[in-house]
Amino acid sequence: LAEVYGGKLVPNTLSAVAAAAKIGEVTALVAGQGAKTAAAELAKVAGVTAVLATEAAHYDHGLPEEVSTLLVETVKAGNFTHVVSATSAFSKNAIPRAAVAFDSMVISDVAEIKSEDTFIRNTYAGNAVSTVKSSDAVKFLTVRPTSFERAAKEGGNGSVSDAKDSAPKGSSKWVKDEVQKTDKPELTAAPIVVSGGRGLKNKENFKLLDDLAAPMKAAVGATRAVVDAGYCPNDMQVGQTGKVVAPNLYIAVGLSGAIQHVAGMKDSKVIVAINNDADAPIFQVADYGLVADLFDAVPKLTEKIGRAH
Amino acid sequence: QRRDMGILFVNIPVKMRVLVPVKRVIDYAVKVRVKPDKKGVDLTNVKMSMNPFCEIAVEQAVRLKESGHATEVIAVSIGPKTCQETIRTALAMGADRGIHVYTEMRTDQELQPLAVAKLIKAIAEKEQPELLLVGKQAIDDDCNQTAQMIAGLMNWPQATFASKVTVHEDKKGVDVMREVDGGMQTVTFKLPGVISCDLRLNEPRYATLPNIMKARKKTIEQVTPEDLKVDVSPRLEVLSVEEPPARASGAKVGSVDELLTQLKNAKII
Repeated sequence: LAEVYGGKLVPNTLSAVAAAAKIGEVTALVAGQGAKTAAAELAKVAGVTAVLATEAAHYDHGLPEEVSTLLVETVKAGNFTHVVSATSAFSKNAIPRAAVAFDSMVISDVAEIKSEDTFIRNTYAGNAVSTVKSSDAVKFLTVRPTSFERAAKEGGNGSVSDAKDSAPKGSSKWVKDEVQKTDKPELTAAPIVVSGGRGLKNKENFKLLDDLAAPMKAAVGATRAVVDAGYCPNDMQVGQTGKVVAPNLYIAVGLSGAIQHVAGMKDSKVIVAINNDADAPIFQVADYGLVADLFDAVPKLTEKIGRAH
Repeated sequence: QRRDMGILFVNIPVKMRVLVPVKRVIDYAVKVRVKPDKKGVDLTNVKMSMNPFCEIAVEQAVRLKESGHATEVIAVSIGPKTCQETIRTALAMGADRGIHVYTEMRTDQELQPLAVAKLIKAIAEKEQPELLLVGKQAIDDDCNQTAQMIAGLMNWPQATFASKVTVHEDKKGVDVMREVDGGMQTVTFKLPGVISCDLRLNEPRYATLPNIMKARKKTIEQVTPEDLKVDVSPRLEVLSVEEPPARASGAKVGSVDELLTQLKNAKII
């Protein structure tokens, strides 16, 4: 199940393709505004055999009642054995609803595919790694994008055809979106992420992190605490129930490193922590820890990095 | 003779029964330890609490009662006898009565969202709620599936990851503002429906001592999966549960310059 947003293919779909290709022959289903363009892109992706697309209006905005009905009918018609989607608000919404039509469990946020029926996933905020075997006839998975390298955009030669539309249910209606318009790098894909916590003290101080991120083309993330306090919008939240990131470099600024936050970033290759509390738990996961006042250290770091660039 | 015809307006209250599943899980602050036999997380003598997202769901239900929308709040929990403590907490927060579905299955592994959804559906068919408020995910299995599965089984509309719920004037529908990957989305549907509750929907109240005492008088009905005619056998067999790979321990640096040197030497920047 591919995802389109704002008329465009969501890049994490390519991780789902890579994951699905490990299991068998891949058909991509894409529905909603921009599906036709997305379908053309998907047909060229390495590992995609076929693409089914529909731009019928009732699939817009990812309404789960409509998307799951289309998914169920498509799976039945095509005798698919596995349904894979990249973990996202969209897939979490639709996949479990569709799975019940097959009396199937869902294996959420899979981190590794051992075989067509055996998967590894995180539980307890990543503190217990579970290997599970599914006995369902049709298996539904969402896969963690940071665990599956995106399939190449070229090399595929899939066919594109129209999906058979399901009848609209009209049970829920979209009212509006309030989405941050940003040209900043996308959080779950950026090679460098700079995140801030309560140590930043207020919304305005987050500019310090924007300034640090800019020369490195880094994305900026946040802890739950600062989102709750209104310093940052919800889409910046990294953690157990927010976004999961695994960049090459994660710079944790003024955040203590609560279990729930660490769950969202502990797969980062290198972790740097800047905090004035030497006992902050973040130092236990950091590769490099700087005990310092962030209001002193961050501008210094920004200046030196900026100079180097 | 003139007869005055009085027109009697009868205010028939719009019923809104709210069903709230509540899960007993490891307390969010506990450091999790995996058993050496790799069969699961060690839960012996570990502090257990109501799942934080379920607390938010209970709080929202109680607020709906306080605002004159909900007419009854029913809390349901599935698991061993100790689940009754979790139901009592919901009752102390303001739920009216509880239902305990008794099972000795491990609720962090063997009892899975599909089975839970079927149990909740069976209870909903009996209790006929207008609204199901469900925590978005349990912090033990981190599945984030149950609300969506209940909605699918019931063929009801759903709104997941709610950060704001507004009941319509006529009390027959809701607007739900939900957290999505790029920000917020608002959807609307007519009841009955299912809403999964996210972090910022509300801040749950602490149960006061007078309310804890009052809760003792509220009823908790006990049933079993067999009574509800639901097959709760797991679909996912847990082959092993292990600690995550340990990160090599890091080092402290003394200054910004030292940090940069180290990062450059390691070719990270």
